[in-house]
Amino acid sequence: MDIFSKVKEIIVNELSVDEGEVTLEARFIEDLGADSLDTAELIMKFEEDFDLSIPDDEAEKLRSVGDAVNYLTSRLN
Amino acid sequence: MRNFENKVTAVTGSARGIGYSIAEAFAKRGAISIILDINKEDVDLAVNKITEQGFKAHGYQLDVTNNEVVEQAFKQIVEEHGRIDVLINNAGITRDTLVLKMSEEDWDRVLDVNLKGTFISTQKASRYMLKQRDGVIINVASVIGISGNAGQANYAASKGGVIAFTKSTAKEFASRNIRVNAIAPGFIETEMTAILPEGVVSKYLESIPLKRMGSINDVANLCLFLASDEASYITGQTINVDGGLIT
Repeated sequence: MDIFSKVKEIIVNELSVDEGEVTLEARFIEDLGADSLDTAELIMKFEEDFDLSIPDDEAEKLRSVGDAVNYLTSRLN
Repeated sequence: MRNFENKVTAVTGSARGIGYSIAEAFAKRGAISIILDINKEDVDLAVNKITEQGFKAHGYQLDVTNNEVVEQAFKQIVEEHGRIDVLINNAGITRDTLVLKMSEEDWDRVLDVNLKGTFISTQKASRYMLKQRDGVIINVASVIGISGNAGQANYAASKGGVIAFTKSTAKEFASRNIRVNAIAPGFIETEMTAILPEGVVSKYLESIPLKRMGSINDVANLCLFLASDEASYITGQTINVDGGLIT
């Protein structure tokens, strides 16, 4: 599974949103209705499923689905 | 009254003393009572004491200051019992001495078990409660954490910390339907207080408006109430069970 599909699957499960809403442009808080606890849980889930650790200062910059996909792609390559 | 039927209720430091009475009280009301304590033999004895009476209990040996071990324990609890409904952070120790004579080790150990232990268990259990959108956490503080006590600066600091931690976590978790409260027992008849000299006890009693020591059941009853749906609008509070000592 490519990174975007995996990220999408995680977001759909964690935030209970429709798959169609999870576009690269979608922002977690403004567009997908996440609150601060959701975003913290989301980052933890990324760490768990991609088996890496995301420092807090990096995590803060991940505001949209695209941010997360780009960051994870750069970390995994 | 079996209002906790099959609710998974974990109590740290519950092999003996106040913790055990709390664990037993929940088991008697139908809960699956999870005994968490540092000593494996004590854990097994406590579990047997509850199951012999026909109630449900399971035990896990752990040190509340050990992050990995606590994480693993809650993972196992949820794997085996499906969820975690109630966490009671009760594990606590004292190392009483005047500040002038207090070693750094006396300070660290009390803060580690009483305050950091509460943080670690809360963090691990809350991961599941947040997903469940349901849960209750009760932190056992102490009147000493409110009023202070000569010879107990480390213990007082740890329990005061627990109260502040309770207020913060109540705010963090409220949106997920997780309530967090603290209880502050006063002078309760336990193994800890049984060793006090007669003169000290009578002096304490003079300062308590109800003129008697509390029983461990008084503490357990408060936990039962706070964990129940009857307390569904109460969060972030510290409730004293102290015979009127502090008002």
